Amino acid sequence: MSVVRIPPTLRPDVGGARHVEADGATVRDLLDDLTSRFPSLRDQLVEDGDVAPFVNVYVEGEDVRTREGIDTEVRPGSTVILLPAMAGGGQ
Amino acid sequence: MATYRELLAQAKEDIDEVDAVRARELVESGDPVILDVREQDEWDEGHLVGAIHIPRGNLESRVEAAAPDRSRTVLVYCAAGNRSAFAAKTLQELGYDQPVSLAGGFTDWKRNGFPIDLSTGLEPQQRARYSRHLLIPEVGEAGQLKLLQSKVLLIGAGGLGSPASLYLAAAGVGRLGIVDADVVDESNLQRQIVHSTERLGDPKVESAKRTIEALNPDVDVVAYQERLTSENVDRILADGWDVIVDGADNFPTRYLVNDASVWHDIPVVHGSIYRFEGQVTVLKPGDGPCYRCLFPSPPPPELAPSCAEGGVLGVLPGIVGSLQASEALKLALGIGDPLIGRLLLFDALTTEFNEVAIRRDPQCPVCGEHPTITEYIDYVEFCAGTREPA
Repeated sequence: MSVVRIPPTLRPDVGGARHVEADGATVRDLLDDLTSRFPSLRDQLVEDGDVAPFVNVYVEGEDVRTREGIDTEVRPGSTVILLPAMAGGGQ
Repeated sequence: MATYRELLAQAKEDIDEVDAVRARELVESGDPVILDVREQDEWDEGHLVGAIHIPRGNLESRVEAAAPDRSRTVLVYCAAGNRSAFAAKTLQELGYDQPVSLAGGFTDWKRNGFPIDLSTGLEPQQRARYSRHLLIPEVGEAGQLKLLQSKVLLIGAGGLGSPASLYLAAAGVGRLGIVDADVVDESNLQRQIVHSTERLGDPKVESAKRTIEALNPDVDVVAYQERLTSENVDRILADGWDVIVDGADNFPTRYLVNDASVWHDIPVVHGSIYRFEGQVTVLKPGDGPCYRCLFPSPPPPELAPSCAEGGVLGVLPGIVGSLQASEALKLALGIGDPLIGRLLLFDALTTEFNEVAIRRDPQCPVCGEHPTITEYIDYVEFCAGTREPA
């Protein structure tokens, strides 16, 4: 089981939670578990079977795109951060 | 009781003295700390190249910070070699291994025709204004002079641009450019502290310029009352900027700033905010990832509501914009470890800072090994679906 940090823009999709637990030995399995319970997350995280290009996934502080992408290993107890780009400058 | 003459003779007996010729050999071969213990007006009229300045009266309190390595040779000088003899004696007492006093002082050094630094220092008023910077060894007079020569361009005079511009101006950054097409609106004032109620309806760049000039007359504000576009970005960047502080409020401008900064080789201090959360990083071309390495493409609109749509805690841009100002000052001074290759995440609701590693993408279409984007594109279309730039 890993702890997934949910960014503010995705919180409505998980009932407002800031963190949710999810299971999976790889990022793919973990996102499958997450999106099976919160189906509206799927389009916001996954595109063409890969991590969507407008979202970064960090496992233990490392961007999975610089590792094995969606096949990156997730050890039990890892912290996973989902991070969509933000453009706001407070205008 | 000893007289001055006796004390001086005693000091000179206890310490090592060198003449100007030997001192020059030491400077050229020995890499000593060169310490000038004269008064400010004497220093301003010329000093040894590379010297640090601590007036004799401040020696004990400041020298340890300025010269922390006690095993290094310290070549100390004054005008004629008397104050420096006492100073060298003090350095001995403070545990410095090799203090050496320049006999004959600066006068003798100059008479020999050896190199001196005549660059003008700070004005007396500036010395008072920036005194807290002058006390920091990493800044000091040389650093403050560097700040006064530096040029920072702010994209946006909004939530992030407000604190960033105020702190950069207060710090004495010599030239601040501000790009913003908006006018001050009532809904801005919950967080945009560079503006005020009496400026409602005024162009934001003009309002910011007035506030900054009132804060620090040393700062030259260049106001660009226009929206940054592919058409004007080269003209604006051609005005010569050392650092860009990106506080834009939309994706087309973020990607435009990125591409332009890579092609103009200017580091960008990136900040973005939403509700209670902020992100800060430094995107330095050639030295770390660019924005496209971090986010290859912009999100669909439902994933990226703006602050105008989703709201923002008023103080949040104060924290994130101040972090941007801090990074910009470090880049201008060339000190510390800027947030290159690191994305700092701040959550005001839990008061937590997190950091994730970000890396250059060799496949990046702009800064990668084989770039496929080499000129400005239609950024609004690239971000199609995101809202029009403000």
